[in-house]
Parts: sequence; structure tokens; C-alpha cells
Amino acid sequence: MAEYSALALLKNALTGNKDWKPAWRKPEPKAAYDVIVIGGGGHGLSTAYYLAKEHGVTNVAVLEKGYLGSGNVGRNTTAVRSNYLLPPNTRFYEHSMKLWENLSHDLNYNVMFSQRGVLNLAHSPAQLDDYARRGNSMRHQGVDAELLSVAEISRLIPVMDTSKATRFPVYGGLMQPRAGTARHDAVAWGYARGADRRGVDIVENCEVTGFLRDGDRITGVTTSRGEIRAKKVAVAVAGSTGRVMQLAGIDRLPIESHVLQAFVTESLKPVLDTVVTFGMGHFYVSQSDKGGLVYGGDIDGYNSYAQRGNLPIVQEVMAEMLALFPSLAGVRLLRSWGGVCDMSMDGSPIITTGPLPGMYLNCGWCYGGFKATPASGFCFAHTIARDEPHELNAAFTLDRFHRGILIDEKGQGATPRLH
Amino acid sequence: MLITCPYCGARDVSEFTYQGDGNRQRPAPNSQDLDAWNDYVYDRLNPAGDHNEIWQHSGGCRTHIRVVRNTLTHEISAVQPVRPETKPSPVKPAGRRGARP
Repeated sequence: MAEYSALALLKNALTGNKDWKPAWRKPEPKAAYDVIVIGGGGHGLSTAYYLAKEHGVTNVAVLEKGYLGSGNVGRNTTAVRSNYLLPPNTRFYEHSMKLWENLSHDLNYNVMFSQRGVLNLAHSPAQLDDYARRGNSMRHQGVDAELLSVAEISRLIPVMDTSKATRFPVYGGLMQPRAGTARHDAVAWGYARGADRRGVDIVENCEVTGFLRDGDRITGVTTSRGEIRAKKVAVAVAGSTGRVMQLAGIDRLPIESHVLQAFVTESLKPVLDTVVTFGMGHFYVSQSDKGGLVYGGDIDGYNSYAQRGNLPIVQEVMAEMLALFPSLAGVRLLRSWGGVCDMSMDGSPIITTGPLPGMYLNCGWCYGGFKATPASGFCFAHTIARDEPHELNAAFTLDRFHRGILIDEKGQGATPRLH
Repeated sequence: MLITCPYCGARDVSEFTYQGDGNRQRPAPNSQDLDAWNDYVYDRLNPAGDHNEIWQHSGGCRTHIRVVRNTLTHEISAVQPVRPETKPSPVKPAGRRGARP
């Protein structure tokens, strides 16, 4: 049953739009729940949704410090892809892709998932060889990947400079046709509504200020809206992981918080119908449905919780944009903003039980958390409900660093600013 | 963000390379204490507030410096050379002061 059917639209239009049911309630927090999820971002909301849908756990509260969608779920550049090299990542992100492909139907909420493809550009023969290797690894694991020639790329993206005259000529590229973009706010709203309709309490403006403990065991949280007890407390707070875990007395983790900036331009007529990444730096661009070009680049490269960055990265992102699209030099930026990313020591996430009894931890998404939203919630819900990881997140442990089983996609080592 | 290099004065952050958390203690080279190595290589304090960190003025005098910087505001409250015994010369190069706002 579509809540927003043509019939419902007509009926509400005739009655002054007074009778729409809110997408989620604004409940007062109860004194106790079976599960508390800290963090009402994409991952927290999808965790609550899959807890209710897949595991029948509906006595759940999602606690959000601000308003829903105020964090990274509303700040990312909306790209969705599963073009990873290493099997634990490929399997996990491909599962996420499959959930994305059915997400609008599953949630009965249009998340505007658009499989417009993600193209990684190569600027040297060696880089193209490296992409061929990654493409082979992907295809070997059942993920779509196509190596494109320069001629194919210039047909696909006529607005891009693929001539030999540029500083970093394009040699080819790796395309994942099933990748694309989604409307990030709709993902938060859709999961929130889906969880709410199944009985989950989404409590906004409720900041966790401490943990209730019985010995080592976590038995609930103190919040700006009072004490709430729970059998299980799950932490899915991305860039704020360090701050929240410190409240539980855990002050050292394989995580650094860094700021990532994003940019959007004024609206243009359609010029770019795919997502492109520049291979000689760190730059990615897509065109939103409103027509704005969405630019993203590298993290600023130092610890930050500020949700705003500095000018050198602005300059770098614009320089890389101009290297690919000199014809777009006159397009003006409308807005720029920053989000806080939880950079892990190997560039891969952590979804695990613990580190304290009664606690569950989901973090380390670096700047790739948005595309993981469905699978992250799916796996985290499994881990919380069954007290053991799903096979898809079994490798994403917290102790893998200590045990030397890293999942270092880029081979950069424990230098988070390089992942 | 400007960082005041003890030798060169206030310079743009783009001249510096971030070397990361300055709180970490490297174990002795022959240490076989795996926990200590794990702490050094992988674990971070990651505070929201004042953070001790190490930067290198890689686009300038190449000195490594200790910086105390607030991760919530990016405000820098202290800068000193990594080795305190290498004191910077009190004479600043002419023309540097005020050259970069």
C-alpha cells in the first residue's frame, strides 16, 4: 500500500493537506527498551529497521542528538558503488548494492536510487592495469565491471576533456554500470518511517551523556532527556565514535575523526549522467536531479570534529575539477560544507559485538558510509539480535588490527589521512 | 588555518604535512610487547578538544613541530619544536611578519 499514492495525493489536496500522517512519531523515550541504537543517521536507522523487519525486535529506541538527517546521512555526496578489490569488502558492499536495488520497494519510499554508473578514470597505463586487476577481482566475485577505452569514455561524457593536451590525459577507466546515486535524505526518511511503522521509537534531540553500567556490563544510557535502560546498547555514531566511546571509558580506538568537505554548484541543464572520479588526485563529481554538480574530494587530513574544513582542499578540489572539465570553469558554487568521518586504520569498517558486554559497535566508515547504509544496518541488526556477526561482517572486527588481519584496500597502512 | 612555525612564523596549513597523534609512545625498538606496539601503531586518543599532534613544515624549513590544536574549533594554542633543545633563533627572517594574513 502506497502511503503517497495518486489517490492519497488527490484526497489530501482537496482537504487542505491537513490529514497527512507524519512519517515518524515524536515519542517520549520510555524508561527501558530491549535495544537502544545511539545515532539516528543512516546506519542507526537502517539498523533499527532491520532489527524490526528481519529479527522481530521492535522494542527499540533510536537516540539522535540533533534532528534526523542532520549528520553525515544528509552531508555526503550520495554515490553508491561496490567496486572494491578485497573479498571481505566486495562481498559486503555488493550485498549493500543488492539491497539498494530493491530499497525503494522494500521501504515503500522512493529513495531515487539511480544506477547511472560510477566511472574511475585512469591516467597512466599502470593505473589502467591496476583497474583491470580490480575489475577482474570484482567480476570474479559476481560484481559488474567494465574496462572502458578513451574513445568509449569521450562518447559517454562529451563534456569532459579527454584530449591528449591535458596535464593528466585519460588512458581509460573502470566503470561499474550498476553503481550510481541515491537521494540521501530520502534514505534517512524512508528507513525512519519503516522503523517507526514497525514500532521503533525514534527520539530526536536526545543526546547521550553517559552510560549506565553494572560492573563492566552496559545496562543503558543517561541522556539529555533522562535515563534509559536497555538490554543491549548499539553505537552507530560515525564521526562521533571517539566522543561517545569515551563516555563508556574507552578512550583509545583504531579511529581518527577527520573532516571531509563537499560542494554543490548552481543548477545546470543535464551535462553529466554518470558519476566520475579523477584518478590523479581525489575528486568525484555527479549531477543531482536538481541540476547542481556535486563535488567531493579528499579529507582535509588532520583530526577534526568541526564539520567545516579549510581553503586548501577547496582549491585542490576545484583545480581537479578544472583539469577534467575546463568548460565548466564559469559554473558558480552555491554551497560547501563539511562532515566528520570516522577514519579507521585500514580504511575498512568495524561492525562488532562489544567492546564491553551489552554493547555493540558500528564505526570506521571513513568517507564511504553512505553506500554501506543498507548492508551496515542489515549486518549490525544481525550482530545485535544474534550476539554474533553475520558472515558478511565477520571480518570487520575491532581486534583485527591487533591480530594482523587488516583489510587494507589501498595498502596505505595505519595512516588514516591517506585512506 | 595558519600554523605559526617556530622558525618561519605564521604560514598557511597547506605548507605543512600532518604527522598525526603526538600522544603515542613508540616502544623500544627491541620491545616484544605486542600490546604496546598495537597501541602505538593502531590506537588513537582522537579527542574532541585539545589534541597534541605532530606536523612537519614540509613546504618550508622541514622542521617537525608539536602543536596543540583544538579539534572542535581548529584553534592552535601552542607550537614548539619536537626537540625542545633545538631552540629557534630569536631573529625572524625579514619581511615574513604580516606578509601572510
